[in-house]
Amino acid sequence: MSAAEEAQTARSARNGWLLSAPALVVLTVAAAGPLLIVVVYSFLLPGKYGNVEWGFSLDGWRGILWSKDIFTDEYVLADAHLTIFWRSVKLSVLTTITTFLVGFPTAWFIATRPASQRALWLFLITIPFWTNLLIRTYAMNEVLRSEGLMNTVLMKLGLIGSPLQVMYTDIAVFIGMTYVYLPLMVLPLFAAIDRFDMRLLEAAYDLYASRMQVLRRVILPIVKPGIIAGSILVFVPSLGAYVTPRVLGGGKQMMIGNFIELQFGQGRNWPLGSALSMALLVVVMVALLIYVKYANREQGHG
Amino acid sequence: MNAVNAVEARNTVKAFGQGDSAVRALDDVSVEIRKGEFFTLLGPSGCGKTTLLRLIAGFEMPTSGSILLEGQDITHLPPNRRPVNTVFQSYALFPHLTVAQNIGFGLTMQGRPAREVKETTDRMLALVKLEAMAGRKTSQLSGGQQQRVALARALAPQPKVLLLDEPLSALDLKLRKEMQIELKRLQTETGITFVFVTHDQEEALTMSDRIGVMSAGKLQQVGSAKDIYTRPVNRFVASFIGETNFLPATTVPGGVRLATGDVIELADQAGRSGAVTVTIRPEQLRLCDPAEAGALAATVRTLVYFGTDTHCHLELADGTEVVARLQSPADGEAGLAQGQRVGLRPVPGAARVVED
Ligand SMILES: Nc1ncnc2c1ncn2[C@@H]1O[C@H](COP(=O)(O)OP(=O)(O)OP(=O)(O)O)[C@@H](O)[C@H]1O
Ligand SMILES: [Mg+2]
Repeated sequence: MSAAEEAQTARSARNGWLLSAPALVVLTVAAAGPLLIVVVYSFLLPGKYGNVEWGFSLDGWRGILWSKDIFTDEYVLADAHLTIFWRSVKLSVLTTITTFLVGFPTAWFIATRPASQRALWLFLITIPFWTNLLIRTYAMNEVLRSEGLMNTVLMKLGLIGSPLQVMYTDIAVFIGMTYVYLPLMVLPLFAAIDRFDMRLLEAAYDLYASRMQVLRRVILPIVKPGIIAGSILVFVPSLGAYVTPRVLGGGKQMMIGNFIELQFGQGRNWPLGSALSMALLVVVMVALLIYVKYANREQGHG
Repeated sequence: MNAVNAVEARNTVKAFGQGDSAVRALDDVSVEIRKGEFFTLLGPSGCGKTTLLRLIAGFEMPTSGSILLEGQDITHLPPNRRPVNTVFQSYALFPHLTVAQNIGFGLTMQGRPAREVKETTDRMLALVKLEAMAGRKTSQLSGGQQQRVALARALAPQPKVLLLDEPLSALDLKLRKEMQIELKRLQTETGITFVFVTHDQEEALTMSDRIGVMSAGKLQQVGSAKDIYTRPVNRFVASFIGETNFLPATTVPGGVRLATGDVIELADQAGRSGAVTVTIRPEQLRLCDPAEAGALAATVRTLVYFGTDTHCHLELADGTEVVARLQSPADGEAGLAQGQRVGLRPVPGAARVVED
């Protein structure tokens, strides 16, 4: 390599990062910027008609778990908030488990179809994604409401005498979220099962494993990365779900997402809303970090 | 008969597909594999070797007929309840387990105590000389090492029969020779009945106690390597194992008359008369003086030097081509020239009548 060429290579290496400058600007403005605003707002005072007033305060953060007693002005644990957090976690966990239980056989079915049919099945699974989330959720409303599809069918079959009151309960939210997030579980599971070497099934079966043992000792451990990816993809958006609990849970069965929205709307407590958003983000991040650490260690040691 | 066979297939038929498009992968196969023997299934691609093995392992059910293990009918037992293990061509090692865990898998699944699993695993690791690799993931092993793990894994539960489906075909020639010796050693040391599948005739001849030659879903002949080489029952077996010459002939009392008009004496006409095919191995033809009584007249066409041997391609009087394998003389000169007229004489007893 000539000296001139060498200098050229060195220069392009030195200046190469400039090419990624636009991406860096976009990332800063689009991701870090808004996040920074939320962080700053969470330490300010609430404005009378929404918005914030300048002045440092920890009330936003304190408000996550404690609220001021109207009569005594003392801070007491906010039961209502805890109920909302608990419902969010409970429904998200339930949704994750159910999407796995439904999604695993589905993904297995698709992965074991002939290659020519697989694309069609995957397309069918992703069809709901082509529709707006709000419309899908209202469709679920049509299914679940008193005079809806589910109750009509069950009554026609004579299985129930009067309509089941599912709408505006945790169950409706849970069913809705399971429906909405199912594809997010199926796709990573499919990717993992598709890579799974089916000949291992015969090997395990040959070595005295029962069908249950084949599933537990061979299939599940090998497709575990897909299970974890699917669970994260379902759990994280479930925890912050807004539309589904809003439409199917009515105003009462709030989840964290609705609670945050409330602070920016009627509640007129932007600092609390900001602090809640940040807290949710931190919880999710910590959970992911723990998982990444755990997954790496497992891979290192075998 | 007190010696019960290790495995027995009785009139097994296996058809894939329905109606006219059905493929008969196995067409009425019956075979008895003795306890403790190294039995090889040999045949060209697609002849049904894997299918027979899968029926014994339990991965497939026969369309008709039955499979017996030590005299017991196991036709309808699932694979996990048959004391039979398989070494797969692809090895099919569990990628999420270590070498030791792979080897212990069968025992663990059988619910043996942890201590026994550990002891047996250690013994197996020593048997296949992989002690140093016990804690490794199988993806970190070479092809030959993976092969050994697959063997140890299948041997660990001490199956009554070990099935091996072309286990050496993925290895290079040198490793393959080593593993052939290794396999034979393992079989002798463990005393387990091996059913080994290959389409490599040399592998079959050198390793097996007995060989079953298959073609087109049928078992053509079963016997020792020597039996099959020296007394092939039909044209397929004679040509698939070793090289041979086929000569058209008709039977005459006490022998056969070749198309050239020469008569070869034969003790055994295989119970046939009329038009037959005679086979003579190339190494059982001798050159002699063309004037000698009873010699077949032939003309030398080509000579191919192979070191210890020289292959001499000859043409008989009626135009039939035959090959004679001659030992190369010390000075390497066969003393033959193209176009030379010679006499050809089969070693007594070398010519055999075979079915077409
Ligand atoms: N699952 C199946 N479905 C349909 N046909 C099959 C199936 N398995 C095997 N066959 C057919 O049965 C015949 C025998 O197959 P088999 O795999 O037993 O051959 P093989 O002797 O093991 O050949 P190779 O040396 O190539 O492995 C073949 O014609 C094959 O196409
Ligand atoms: Mg095969």
